[in-house]
Amino acid sequence: MTALAVPGASAAGRVGHRRRVRNVAWWGLCGLGLSLVAGAVFWVVGAAIANAVPGWRWSVLTETTTGIGGGLANTIAGTAVLMVGVGIMAGLVGIGTGLYLAELAPPSRVVSLLRSASEVLSGVPSIVFGYAGYVALCVGLHWGFSLLAALIVLSVLVVPYVAKSTEIALNQVPLAYREGGEALGMAPTYQLRTIVMRAAAPGIVTGVLVALAISVGETAPLLYTAGFSNSYPSAHLTGVPVPYLTYATFTFWDQPTTTLHALAFDSAVLLIALVLLLVGAARLIVRLTQRHAPGDHHGLARHRRRAPTLR
Amino acid sequence: MSTKETDAPGFKVPAPRQLAVRRDLGRVLQRLLRIGSAVTAVVPLGALIAMLVILLFEALPAIRFNGWHFLSGTSWSSGSFYSPPVRSGGVLHPLGASYGAWPLILGTLETSAIAVVVGFPVAFAAAVFIVEKLPRALSGVVGVVLEVLAGIPSVVIGLWGLFTFGPFLARNLYPLLGHLPDVPPLAIFHGNHGYGEGLLSAGLVLAAMIIPIVAATTRDLLRQVPEGTREGAEALGMTSSEVFFAVQVRWIRSGVIGALILGLGRALGETIAVALVSGSAMQIAPNIYSGMTTIAAAIVTLLDSAQSDPTGLETRALAEAALVLMAITLLVNIAARALVRRSARGAALPVGVGL
Repeated sequence: MTALAVPGASAAGRVGHRRRVRNVAWWGLCGLGLSLVAGAVFWVVGAAIANAVPGWRWSVLTETTTGIGGGLANTIAGTAVLMVGVGIMAGLVGIGTGLYLAELAPPSRVVSLLRSASEVLSGVPSIVFGYAGYVALCVGLHWGFSLLAALIVLSVLVVPYVAKSTEIALNQVPLAYREGGEALGMAPTYQLRTIVMRAAAPGIVTGVLVALAISVGETAPLLYTAGFSNSYPSAHLTGVPVPYLTYATFTFWDQPTTTLHALAFDSAVLLIALVLLLVGAARLIVRLTQRHAPGDHHGLARHRRRAPTLR
Repeated sequence: MSTKETDAPGFKVPAPRQLAVRRDLGRVLQRLLRIGSAVTAVVPLGALIAMLVILLFEALPAIRFNGWHFLSGTSWSSGSFYSPPVRSGGVLHPLGASYGAWPLILGTLETSAIAVVVGFPVAFAAAVFIVEKLPRALSGVVGVVLEVLAGIPSVVIGLWGLFTFGPFLARNLYPLLGHLPDVPPLAIFHGNHGYGEGLLSAGLVLAAMIIPIVAATTRDLLRQVPEGTREGAEALGMTSSEVFFAVQVRWIRSGVIGALILGLGRALGETIAVALVSGSAMQIAPNIYSGMTTIAAAIVTLLDSAQSDPTGLETRALAEAALVLMAITLLVNIAARALVRRSARGAALPVGVGL
């Protein structure tokens, strides 16, 4: 019999002292890394809450900003309007893109070019979107700080995320479903609508929610496209600036009144809450639909449907 | 045609003519859907090209005015907005204007380097622990924690860096770093450590921001390592850390490099958090604690005042800066995606490659 040459193994086949120490040290370091990450998360969230609590008034939710104080009601409304707009715009374009790339396009070089373009777009810094939008839409087209400019810039920014998750969701629809539809003689569009899209819906909705979470937290692309105002957002698409939450966080902390300082932290907490809500909803959808994953009697598909993640 | 029509009780099967009409309608619908979705699929490529063209056109006068000096020059001066503008090289500009972006470019590279050097090991270690040591139920919870960190808006992290983290570092960590021995690699930590706004603080805040991407990607890569190869190594009597270095590390290597570069791309382009914690000084940081700025942060902080330039040249110089930033991040992202894709393609068992 040949002995297995494991370095440092003692005669009895037990792990030697030095190797054991090295093992413990390695996993200790890894555990330290994880606790640093978890610590950072709780520190960031905790600090925002701790800074917001002393100056918190419930009127923050009902009053508008005034320039020296007031509340955040108009910024909340503005962020909500932006969310709805981005949901519609980026939702339509992103789902359309994902649908085309996954289902409708003939496989070709052009398609892989379109797909790479979408991936590359997701790596472009958000300030570049904002600056290009400012130059082209606000100045070039004379829209000024406006809802439409902000919506276009934000939507283009998040389209790659919606497109990617739509494509992944569609690719994960089991082949048997499609074969079943074909065996019943369904027309391709009918099959797409009744079977494929329905099965992919949770993944697509999750992608849209993640895109909304990203757009809610963006500041740089909005500073010079949405502008800011102390009144509620109006129905005008161009010419009228839009207030939004991240503006309050970014600028109010160095304003001269303590009320505004408090509002900066209040808006930070509201932003965290909003993002948590969206991410939580996305997770919930993944979890609920995974439980009923088709043909998964052994929990094998647990990792198959990957939740789209924030960047 | 479909199960619905035959299954539903009391439903009349449509006449063949009706079916034919419906089929034609379906064909038209399919064509419309294909065309419509093809139009939307062009949007990302179109937006990418449009942004490049817009920035290039906006920046042209500045490119002509600055020449290569833009990349090497170290002083950024708006010139005098009150004396009459001067014309040189065919470009109208404020008297004394000079746009040198090297401090911004260097600042971008320095903060990102710190972010990767500090953030990557932490993120990697955390991902390894999540996959290899945490029970499945707990790893789901930790996954949520990672996602929360990824989801926290950069402006909130910036505010934390400005009011909590930066001052904490200046009080507790930086004085300690100053006591390190005065030998070449460690000597960079000597100098006045300020109040927590500056190069090192910005780099560390960026580290926190790239951790979720690197950790999540590494975690997903580790989960793809086949059980059999690992069990084989365990059967040889290796300790779990030896197994990790012999099997998992080799398996995920190139994918992890891709994740690292993806994180780098994120750090290079981050704007708001850096604008808040960098000290916003248009200079090459004299020491690792001093105020500085990056391309992205400078665009945000300078655009307001640049708008009062009567010749408009400074906003154009900022467009040129945006163009440089876009070029840097595009290169980095394309490299990262190429690496990640190559590693994903080689996901078969590396039989015969050896451990």
